[in-house]
Amino acid sequence: MAEYAVELRNVWKRFPGPGGEVVTAVKNVSLQIYDGEFFALLGPSGCGKTTSLRMIAGFELPSEGEIFIHGRPMGKTPPYQRPVNTVFQSYALFPHMTIGENVAFGLQMKGVDKKEIARRVAEALEMVRLSGYEKRKPKQLSGGQQQRVALARALVNRPEVLLLDEPLGALDLKLRKEMQLELKRLQREVGITFIFVTHDQEEALTMSDRIAVMEGGVALQVGTANDIYEHPNCRFVADFIGETNFLDGTVAEVDTDKARIDLPGGVSLWAHTPQRVAVGQAVTVTVRPEKMHIRPNATDVNQVTGYVTDIVYIGTDTHYGVVLSGGQTIRVREQNYSAESRLLAREGEAVCVRFSIEAARVLTE
Amino acid sequence: MSAKKRSPWLTLVSILVYFFLYAPIIVLIVFSFNASRTNVVFEGVVNQGPCGPFYWYCELFRNRSVMDATRNTLIIAFTSTVVSTIIGTMAALALQRYDFFGKKVSETALYFPIVTPEIVMGIGILVFFSAVFGWINTALALAPNQRLTMGLGTVIVSHIAFSIPFVTLVVRARLHGFDDRLEEAAMDLGANEFTTFRKVTLPLIAPGVLAGAMLAFTLSLDDFIITFFTTGPGATTLPIYVYGLLRRIVTPELNALSTIWVLVVLIVVAISQWFQRRE
Repeated sequence: MAEYAVELRNVWKRFPGPGGEVVTAVKNVSLQIYDGEFFALLGPSGCGKTTSLRMIAGFELPSEGEIFIHGRPMGKTPPYQRPVNTVFQSYALFPHMTIGENVAFGLQMKGVDKKEIARRVAEALEMVRLSGYEKRKPKQLSGGQQQRVALARALVNRPEVLLLDEPLGALDLKLRKEMQLELKRLQREVGITFIFVTHDQEEALTMSDRIAVMEGGVALQVGTANDIYEHPNCRFVADFIGETNFLDGTVAEVDTDKARIDLPGGVSLWAHTPQRVAVGQAVTVTVRPEKMHIRPNATDVNQVTGYVTDIVYIGTDTHYGVVLSGGQTIRVREQNYSAESRLLAREGEAVCVRFSIEAARVLTE
Repeated sequence: MSAKKRSPWLTLVSILVYFFLYAPIIVLIVFSFNASRTNVVFEGVVNQGPCGPFYWYCELFRNRSVMDATRNTLIIAFTSTVVSTIIGTMAALALQRYDFFGKKVSETALYFPIVTPEIVMGIGILVFFSAVFGWINTALALAPNQRLTMGLGTVIVSHIAFSIPFVTLVVRARLHGFDDRLEEAAMDLGANEFTTFRKVTLPLIAPGVLAGAMLAFTLSLDDFIITFFTTGPGATTLPIYVYGLLRRIVTPELNALSTIWVLVVLIVVAISQWFQRRE
């Protein structure tokens, strides 16, 4: 059954380290990537995301576990026999060949006839808006153009899966934003499964259908952008994706899917509990800054008091730093609805910060 | 932008350096047209026989020993260049790519012959071949006409041996900073290991390989010491022949030979420069 475009089943990767010790880059990762999906592997550098991608491409072989592409186990299949193509971070365009020759390379290797190659190369270059660049050499092109050539060179082969290793990492911010949309457009156009490696959480949220957050060789959480942002399953994911507040405390009272948490300094709040917790357990509560309010709101059950320590106005929002009675500092983000938005508090002023039970989420790990 | 004021001494020293480098070569070329049989004084341009001023050049081409020595030298140089370039390039790629037990040691051991005095290498190779050949000859009880002896074969083998480190050194310099991703990209696009090497790796390191081959060729062409120790009857090379002549009379024939030699080297260097510029 080939219900997944790519499946990693209990994959491990160990490398010999520089001092002879064993470095485990990927630890028991299992992933299922659907056909036609835009999937991101997201994490800080050294989290194992690139190693995972390289194992799918066949540049590295798993130490344990198996990788399936459309249901076929890859085993020791070399890269040139896998139905995938890769876009490298450094583009890896062949410097001694023209753009046309670069794009034609994969088709030549497959033994496609000359006329067909010429037609498909022209088509691929048109798709990335580089028609007429066939005769140029890679170094005559800008970074963004080289990036698009690398995409055309991979997509012209009509792979079952396209692997992208931080393909936008070397571009400047403006170009990166453009290419994000361009990639999204291309993926919809060709309908090929894209697996995308990035350390940029915003990029992952913008582009992907689903995201796997990796840390220390482990896939911590897999889900849609919304899942991962709103329902992080651990402290690392909550912290890595977007901005958040962490409040450490102990469970004082447990209801069906919520619990009362006592914080140091005599503050207590109600929070949503996705996992079962027990009274007396030490836990962390995460609340996103935009879900906390200084503005009065009757529906918000939780109320904590503190003093404003700093105020940062950034146009769309105003950020308030608030220190609670227990010494914890939290950040509150209030949106500036109207042009006449006034400050809701002044530095040093005592305020009451409110948030709903659903906005507060208990993390056990 | 105004040129920085240079000390006139710098100019003088530069001129002197170039003078000492090139004066002997110019004198050598001029004397190849000498009317005198000796290389002591220039007695005017020779004009003798059908070749006129190129009398000594014609004499040279009529000289059997010179022609034999030239043939030997070229056979040795071509064979050792081709073999050492292949082995040296493979060694460079292996050292670049793989981590293996004893890599540091094998790398140092590879470059050691470059700094070892050639005379030591020469004696070593001589002793080695004598011992091995002696042992084989006795063990197989070969008849006198079947015995393994020093000759073209031993010279070629020793030239290959001393050229390999130089080729490896030059090719490794080119490999430094080589983007491994390029090879991965080729494989990713469906090229197997051999095609990847042929279509991507080799074209990219070609200038280094060519430079290594040129170095090996010129090293072999003018090697005297190691050749002297490993040569045998019928395997006289040009440097050995010239050394033999020096003990007798040095005629302008020798100058003519040297002039041709200089021209050949110039052409080879020009070709390699052209290749590198095209890159």
